[in-house]
Amino acid sequence: MLRGKGWRISVFFDEMMSQEGGTRSPYRDYCGWFEAEDAARIQRKTQQAEAFFRTTGITFNVYGQADADERLIPFDVVPRIISASEWRRLSRGIEQRVRALNAFLHDIYHRQEILRAGRVPTSLIAGNEAFLPMMMGLDPPGGIYTHISGTDIVRTGADEFYVLEDNARTPSGVSYMLENRETMLQMFPELFAKIPVREVSDYPINLLKSLAACAPPACQGTPTVAVLTPGIHNSAYYEHSFLADHMGAELVEGHDLRVVDGRVAMRTTQGYKAIDVLYRRVDDDYLDPLNFRPDSMLGVPGIWDVYRAGGITIANAPGTGIADDKALYSYMPDIIEFYTGEKALLPNVPTWRCSEPDHLREVLDRLPELVVKEVHGSGGYGMLVGPAASRKELAAFRAKLEANPGNYIAQPTLSLSTVPIFTKKGLAPRHVDLRPFVLMSPQGVTITPGGLTRVAMTSGSLVVNSSQGGGTKDTWVLED
Amino acid sequence: MLGKTAGSLFWMARYLERSENNARLIDAGFRIALTRSATAPAEWKSVLVTAGVNQAFQATHGDYSSARVIDFLLRDPANPSSIISVVKQARDNARTARTALTRETWEAVNTSWMTLVALLKRPVREDDLPDVLTTIRQQSAQVRGAINGTMLRNDGYYFSLLGTLLERADNTARILDVKYYLLLPSVAHIGTTIDNVQWETILRSVSAHRAYRWLYGAEISALKIAEFLILYRQMPRSLAFCCERMEDNLGQLAEGYGEPTEAGRMAAALNRERLAGPIQSIFDGGLHEYVTGFLRATAALARQIERDYRFVE
Repeated sequence: MLRGKGWRISVFFDEMMSQEGGTRSPYRDYCGWFEAEDAARIQRKTQQAEAFFRTTGITFNVYGQADADERLIPFDVVPRIISASEWRRLSRGIEQRVRALNAFLHDIYHRQEILRAGRVPTSLIAGNEAFLPMMMGLDPPGGIYTHISGTDIVRTGADEFYVLEDNARTPSGVSYMLENRETMLQMFPELFAKIPVREVSDYPINLLKSLAACAPPACQGTPTVAVLTPGIHNSAYYEHSFLADHMGAELVEGHDLRVVDGRVAMRTTQGYKAIDVLYRRVDDDYLDPLNFRPDSMLGVPGIWDVYRAGGITIANAPGTGIADDKALYSYMPDIIEFYTGEKALLPNVPTWRCSEPDHLREVLDRLPELVVKEVHGSGGYGMLVGPAASRKELAAFRAKLEANPGNYIAQPTLSLSTVPIFTKKGLAPRHVDLRPFVLMSPQGVTITPGGLTRVAMTSGSLVVNSSQGGGTKDTWVLED
Repeated sequence: MLGKTAGSLFWMARYLERSENNARLIDAGFRIALTRSATAPAEWKSVLVTAGVNQAFQATHGDYSSARVIDFLLRDPANPSSIISVVKQARDNARTARTALTRETWEAVNTSWMTLVALLKRPVREDDLPDVLTTIRQQSAQVRGAINGTMLRNDGYYFSLLGTLLERADNTARILDVKYYLLLPSVAHIGTTIDNVQWETILRSVSAHRAYRWLYGAEISALKIAEFLILYRQMPRSLAFCCERMEDNLGQLAEGYGEPTEAGRMAAALNRERLAGPIQSIFDGGLHEYVTGFLRATAALARQIERDYRFVE
């Protein structure tokens, strides 16, 4: 019996089970395999997977907790499966979106035509912390701002996909996408012989190619690529070292770098060696203590001047964070239309901007049914999920909203689709989202088929963030 | 390779070697404590001095009871040389140098850390101590095996090996430094035998009491023991073995990089001037002075390696 005892047909769209009780077509082969499997064997494999993650060190640190607390992100062995046609549709929409974002960033830091055309209010840019005036008029090598992005997508029905967020700063999670597949291949090799699943393993090499294609004018010969990490105490350090390792690039910290002869160079055992492309996993503010935060220990004094002179490529480009802004998000359909001349292929989630008085009024009226987020927030911190909040929490949030409305946006609580997870009692539906990873270079846009599926491990929960106890699943895109 | 990475490999290997050496020291000390309870406190003190943490111990503990010393050496996070601190440092360095390690090596280091954290969660009962010490040594051996079996013989490998050898030479010299007074009287009075249990302790702390028997038979002489630990090139924990290998490794690095270094010259001088023998001349010049001089020379060598290969700015 495929379904656990706790299973009931829910009001939510389940990606495996149709409302009529049958298996949806992308899952047919998998479910055939699953029904013939011994649950105890899968249970055992689940434990092996956990041991594998621990030994490999695929752990993350939770900010504000003791240093011994390295946690595992729960991994669920039931894959999330996307059909070839669903993926075609998604990837077209994502590519359109990323190209539009890149064009928007170029425009915002040059002629600002979209502001002149009145399609996006000037105040949203001028008053935005993520806007970097120093980027004005500057041309990043290859014209690329968003070398790497992770577009968060949610599903609410068979044909209903929405973009929830554009993570254009430093999206993380790609190492989980790769290790999840690796784990599945080790645990259930027979599945991959039976079901045609598209590969994800070439992500690191595509990343390297994509970064190298954006080498700066000063680069001579084969571009030297390095990954900049805040260090081993950063929560995503595992991912930083993973990507550097798989690209064959050096993993550097601020104190390994200095400006030598107009180039950013890393201290090697044989002296300083120039870096052409820096894939940085530190925020803009920390990049250069001379030009940004003077107290930053994570960056490189003077890197900004080298950047401006064409001595190095910084990926993603400084100032890209403006595209991540949740208030700006609500203008994405206009932005896409403005730069591509097409309607957005993937819709936005309807969004109220609390900065606008009539929006704010409506949000306050309907607070218990909405999700409210900070404009600059991430990681699920500082957000309110109305339907799950207590009366006291609602009141406290109401006060925050009234005090600083410009800091918030609100969205309807979406009926996120579910995919079953494997529990001791059998399969049980849990809410999921999807983060595909997108690479952009002058040579084009590359999207790895699938991405990272995050899953809320608690029944009924809509919060999938790993910092809030969410887990992950392997994501399969089927071949045609 | 980044200078920082080279430094992390060097220190990862040093810390792993230290965990193993400290396990041996505890083992040897524990044996004395069991068989000669009257001399136990003195023996524990010399173990602490050898590990370089006697002052830290005194500051917080005072009397040298077996239970306290063992706990301090195994589990105390305030003791920078406790097994748990040292293994944590090894792992942190391995994480920093992760891109220069093979997956097998990293997993061996990480597994070793996880195993010991679990093993040392609670104070270790004396009954369990031998097993715990064996596990510590085995974990270190597993990492060494992974390094040996999977790492490319390039600069990263040589930096890690240099760390191992330097730490090991330092450890053997420290044992001699603490115990030299046991060896001295018997040289002055030829014919008197030195305390059997004591010399066995020395050899046990470098896991070489059986090897010594095979080489020298029943003859227990201070001169022979010192020769074995200092000059015997087939003994993997002797000063001569370690220094000869360090010179080799520095030579390999210089060749790979196409640039000879000051550290390479220092290692060659160390071998030429201090390890050519014979053992009698070392005793003539004073064993204590010799060992002190050797420790100074290896410390200077470590600093020079760090400078030549830019571990830090």
